[in-house]
Amino acid sequence: MRFEKKDILDIDSLSREEITYILDTARGMKEISQRAVKKVPTLRGKTIVLFFQEPSTRTKISFELAGKRLSADTVAISKSSSSIVKGETLRDTVRTLESMKPDIIVMRHSSSGAASQVAKWVQCSVINAGDGTHAHPSQALLDMMTIQEEKGGFEGLKVSIVGDISHSRVARSNIVGLSRMGAHVTICAPGTMIPVGIEHMGCTVARDMDACVADADVVMMLRIQKERQGGSLLFPSEREYAALYGLNQTRLALAAKDALIMHPGPLNRGVEISTLVADGEQSVILDQVTNGVALRMALFYLVAGGSRNADSN
Amino acid sequence: MQIQIKGVRVVDPGNIEGIRDISIKDGLFEAVSEPGQLPEVAKDASDVKVIDGQGLIAVPGLIDVHVHLREPGQEYKETIETGLKAAAAGGITAVCAMPNTKPVNDNAQVTAFILSQAKKANASRVYPVGAISRNLEGEKLNDIADMKKAGIRAVTDDGMPVTDSQLMRRTLEYCKSLGLPVLVHAEDKRLADGGSMNEGLPATVMGIKGIPNAAESVMVMRDIALAELTGARVHFCHMSTAQSIEAIRAAKAKGLPVTCETAPHYFTLTDADMPAYDTNFKMNPPLRSDKDRAAIIEGLTDGTIDMIATDHAPHAEDEKQVEFDLAAFGIVGLETSLGLSLALVAQGHLTLAQLVQKMAKAPADLMGINNDIVPGNPADLTLINMDAGWTVDPNSFVSKGRNTPFAGRRLTGAAVLTIVDGRIVYAIDC
Repeated sequence: MRFEKKDILDIDSLSREEITYILDTARGMKEISQRAVKKVPTLRGKTIVLFFQEPSTRTKISFELAGKRLSADTVAISKSSSSIVKGETLRDTVRTLESMKPDIIVMRHSSSGAASQVAKWVQCSVINAGDGTHAHPSQALLDMMTIQEEKGGFEGLKVSIVGDISHSRVARSNIVGLSRMGAHVTICAPGTMIPVGIEHMGCTVARDMDACVADADVVMMLRIQKERQGGSLLFPSEREYAALYGLNQTRLALAAKDALIMHPGPLNRGVEISTLVADGEQSVILDQVTNGVALRMALFYLVAGGSRNADSN
Repeated sequence: MQIQIKGVRVVDPGNIEGIRDISIKDGLFEAVSEPGQLPEVAKDASDVKVIDGQGLIAVPGLIDVHVHLREPGQEYKETIETGLKAAAAGGITAVCAMPNTKPVNDNAQVTAFILSQAKKANASRVYPVGAISRNLEGEKLNDIADMKKAGIRAVTDDGMPVTDSQLMRRTLEYCKSLGLPVLVHAEDKRLADGGSMNEGLPATVMGIKGIPNAAESVMVMRDIALAELTGARVHFCHMSTAQSIEAIRAAKAKGLPVTCETAPHYFTLTDADMPAYDTNFKMNPPLRSDKDRAAIIEGLTDGTIDMIATDHAPHAEDEKQVEFDLAAFGIVGLETSLGLSLALVAQGHLTLAQLVQKMAKAPADLMGINNDIVPGNPADLTLINMDAGWTVDPNSFVSKGRNTPFAGRRLTGAAVLTIVDGRIVYAIDC
């Protein structure tokens, strides 16, 4: 197969075959990070701009390491170091960046759709590292990679996603991706955090957390985004939220015995997930982070034309 | 200047429906007669224009009761001149100018300025609409009688709806005594909560914050209650939801003095029609669901919705070519309104007479004017070719605004001649 996508903007635009191909490619990349010399020349001479308008630590470092391990040159700019603070529009910023001839722009932005818009404004590849509450494709793909590693596949798996679905780009991308791969996704949250029509995106809505977690093969907890909480009346208190929607050992016992515990991080320990569960045997939270680098190496390789070059050679 | 239109089909509901000859002289309708009854004019008379009206429709000048002309203050978006010329090109002979200019039209000086600029534009008419509260802040009543003397025809705080129910009550009572209608932009901003499109599946998929139907209908219901309390005329602007229409239908059945308008985009498009993150589909209220669109059409058909207005809201390109949530709300409408509305006739939802009622007569009634095609009335008239097929091309708009979701759309029917005060302000092919 040849991977023809120039941009990775969301999961919805990827077919089942493309997702499988990305995951296969990522598995091959994983070994590179385990070597003593963690570098291959694959993307030597390519330039990757990491344009993060929103704060991010793990995603940004993950993309940066992924680029460096493939020998690409990476440059990072953030909101405070860019002309955005001087009032420059997004369109002007990215067109200016493009004039310096990068091969790939990785972007994180607080507005939904920003990456899709930028992809229309520039010729180079765009990888969406999270846009508003829309999509976070690399996160969903690394989650799928982790599930595939542990469970062997997706068909018929029961995946529970619990937390602020309304404000979660991770949830949206996972719902679309996992359901496309054959998993059954069930979500759970207080009514304030369930967006209208979500059941038409490929999931069922559970009536409470116990029902959601029962017999689950994977329990994915979402971070309560305290920074979005200001005045938005989503829940009365962290205490009440933890009581109704937190994952603790009692609830975990309802899931399948070998259920995986996942979380995109950063954790609010004692709110959406208890420390014992987060650090327990079933937790693959740190494996997700490890796989993130390999998965992003695969995305760089593929959008830079890796599979096309391999074919033509 | 004298104009004769011969053999034209006149559609002026409640007045004339049939083939007539029309004579216009010195700004007024001079005569409206059976075909062949007008006195012949000398062929070489240079100040007489004779138009063959065969195959065309003459209607009372169309009036758009909801338009943002942007001047004073935002002339880069639109000027009174470009806006009124765009209206003329769309067959609209008069527009009601919303007060959210910079400075706000909250005093007689701004009203007088708008009217004087309109006079210079030599295009369609403007009926200024004054602000209810000082600087649209929703706190204190303006000197509304003073503005009325200067020429306002109605009041509204439009995009900054009056949240204070007591201020709204007093506004209605005060304006009732002045004989001015109050135009209501029904929106509970707290419920809208900074959303950018309709709350529904498309918004959920795209991760865009939604505006629920109730953000509109709760305020419609409040102001129906206040219309009942005060007996004052309340007119609801740009209705977009099934619930609002249902509430207004019930209010009318009760005999309350309420009227409403919708805009062509609400009976033409839904939120599902928006290409991902296309800011030319972003307006407030937003495009709703198909259920709402059907309810709007039903409301037009059964008469619950009295009139069609555009909410013409021109913006500069750089205010739209930004992130979706940061993009300005609003689309232009003056030059597509008639073509889009004629589709209602082609689809059988309205008769042509009903459409003319909603685009010319009901708006005139709201503004307190009589625009019947009868001798002695000011000659405001739109001549329509029902069969003219054309494609919406924003680059050919007379308006400065290019922000339309209808670019590339095929429409049938267009104004071929627009007459205001007996002057031809727009003409093609005749």
